[in-house]
Amino acid sequence: MNNTDTYAPVPPASEPLKARIRRTQAGGRPALIPFITAGFPTPITFWDTLAELDASGVDIIELGIPFSDPVADGPVIEAKSRASLAAGTTLQWVIDGLRQRRGQYQAELVLMGYTNPFMQYGIGRLARDCEELGIRGIIVPDLPLEESVIFRPELDARGVSLITLIGPNTTEERMRQYARYTRDYVYIVSVLGTTGGINNHVERMADTIRAARRAFDVPLALGFGLREPGQLDALPADARPDAAVIGTALLEHIEAHKPIADFFAPWVQA
Amino acid sequence: MKTLEHTPRPGYFGPYGGRYVPETLMPPLLELENAYEGIMNSPQYRETLDELLRDYCGRRTPITLCDNLSRELGFRLFLKREDLLHTGAHKINNAIGQTLLAKMMGKTHVIAETGAGQHGVATATAAAKFGLRCTVFMGAKDAERQAPNVQRMKLLGARVIAVQNGSCTLKDAINEALRYWISHQHDTLYVFGTAAGPHPFPTIVRNLQSVIGRESIEQMKQQTGKLPDYVVACVGGGSNAIGMLHPFVPYDHVKLIGVEAGGTGEPGCEHSAAINLGKPGVLHGELTYLLQDEDGQILESSSISAGLDYPGVGPEHVYLHSIGRVHYGIAYDAEALSAFSRLSRTEGIIPALESSHALAWVFKHAADIPAGSDVLVNLSGRGDKDLAHALHYIPLD
Repeated sequence: MNNTDTYAPVPPASEPLKARIRRTQAGGRPALIPFITAGFPTPITFWDTLAELDASGVDIIELGIPFSDPVADGPVIEAKSRASLAAGTTLQWVIDGLRQRRGQYQAELVLMGYTNPFMQYGIGRLARDCEELGIRGIIVPDLPLEESVIFRPELDARGVSLITLIGPNTTEERMRQYARYTRDYVYIVSVLGTTGGINNHVERMADTIRAARRAFDVPLALGFGLREPGQLDALPADARPDAAVIGTALLEHIEAHKPIADFFAPWVQA
Repeated sequence: MKTLEHTPRPGYFGPYGGRYVPETLMPPLLELENAYEGIMNSPQYRETLDELLRDYCGRRTPITLCDNLSRELGFRLFLKREDLLHTGAHKINNAIGQTLLAKMMGKTHVIAETGAGQHGVATATAAAKFGLRCTVFMGAKDAERQAPNVQRMKLLGARVIAVQNGSCTLKDAINEALRYWISHQHDTLYVFGTAAGPHPFPTIVRNLQSVIGRESIEQMKQQTGKLPDYVVACVGGGSNAIGMLHPFVPYDHVKLIGVEAGGTGEPGCEHSAAINLGKPGVLHGELTYLLQDEDGQILESSSISAGLDYPGVGPEHVYLHSIGRVHYGIAYDAEALSAFSRLSRTEGIIPALESSHALAWVFKHAADIPAGSDVLVNLSGRGDKDLAHALHYIPLD
């Protein structure tokens, strides 16, 4: 805790991502948080794909910034990440593209990427760009609490959330350490593995969600391995998340040239 | 002798190091940190390790005076003979120590990454000795280039996984091993091969390899009555170098040299000189110097020596560089090959291509080293593994 103790969290003026999830829940379903690799399927078709995704009724879109060494990702997302990098995708390209399309999206936007590309871009510069473009948060899968002080002050100053990520092996005590710094929502990784892995440990998952409920006062989003709404229904009623993160299954669906709205139809009806 | 406070915060060397990993890796890293503080300090661990290092690995290794070369050079050249260890390199010091730790932690399975195959062989060896299962991750390209080491690992009972992701080399093998560890942490310990990666690996590996420098201090005093004027070691990830150099750090009058691999030396060539030519960034759980492009994507490294072929470097080296305590030089492929031949012919010792980089730095700078100096080079491994590769470049007749 050496690092974080030196930085006191700044209370946010507003939490737009949290508000969005609560609004959707009030409408009777969990919020939908799709993940899409920037530059996928190709840099040329990406912006149309993003528009189609936005039009499918989702709530928050996670834009994946590709990295050469994505240690938290499974083979599907790593392959998309590599293809996107090979096609020339950079964080600058994503920011420039969003600047041209500012205000066009119904969904809220967050960036998901590894520490190093954000660090090289400059976290102060990234925080300013996010504020300007209405990007509400960033998710950094290789930046645990102790190291996060390298990003927090500048993100806090611009009202950009650093979304907390926890896993099935995170203790409730550690969740409480995170809680002080957590805003908007918590992203719960449902399997001990990488993105796209199989989730078949319902009981353990339920225990994690219950612990997170006690530790945090923001909405809980569940991800890693989600393919269909039935997976959430299998959870006990007191251990269901407020939002579902969908990545690998969606990318495979898009790659098969199927309409994105078809993918989300069962989720929206659920 | 003064003490140097390197690490006011555990896991950091100045601003470098740390633990930049997915949250799901924090519990096994904290479990390892506890074991490092508890088990590794216990008399039972220390006695067992000392016995294994002596009776199984072949410590302590001698220091050899190269009389023929010393006459040519005008100063005395000494070699710390890690090449004489079981499995042929310093890697076993670390592998045996971490695998013993795994056993005492109650783990039944060890995993390791390997580039050239030396750390994979060392871990497979230790796992065989302790009766643990062993899985080694190796880039598919490396597995093809180093086929004899793949066979050795399999003979020792290890499972070898050829990693097909990314650039199919060492850095991708580390990614895959970290991923595997996330999902198998309950019964598995990751035996990291170099003094890099997330805390506590840089510290654990340095402590296990420091036996090299500790012995050297004692032996040089016995054999020459004083400490050497220069201590030189090659740096890839940096485990043999930190093991040799760290115990010498408090002795200000001893010049410490790390030698990075400069590749072919042609303008714009691929190389492995992260300290000389890289910049700060985060990879494999640590903040360190990396070969990377402007967007923070990791570049592929290159060296004639597979054991130095890595785009990062251990964080303690970056720190020692930043405070000016260790000078980090470069040796190029051709210089290393020339040193490889020269030591073989003049002293009857075939060095590993990795260690040849350290020798090459000494030969290259011989004119700048005052006559009468004592120079100690860490001969981190033997060159048998490199013969086929090196002989592509070296005419024998």
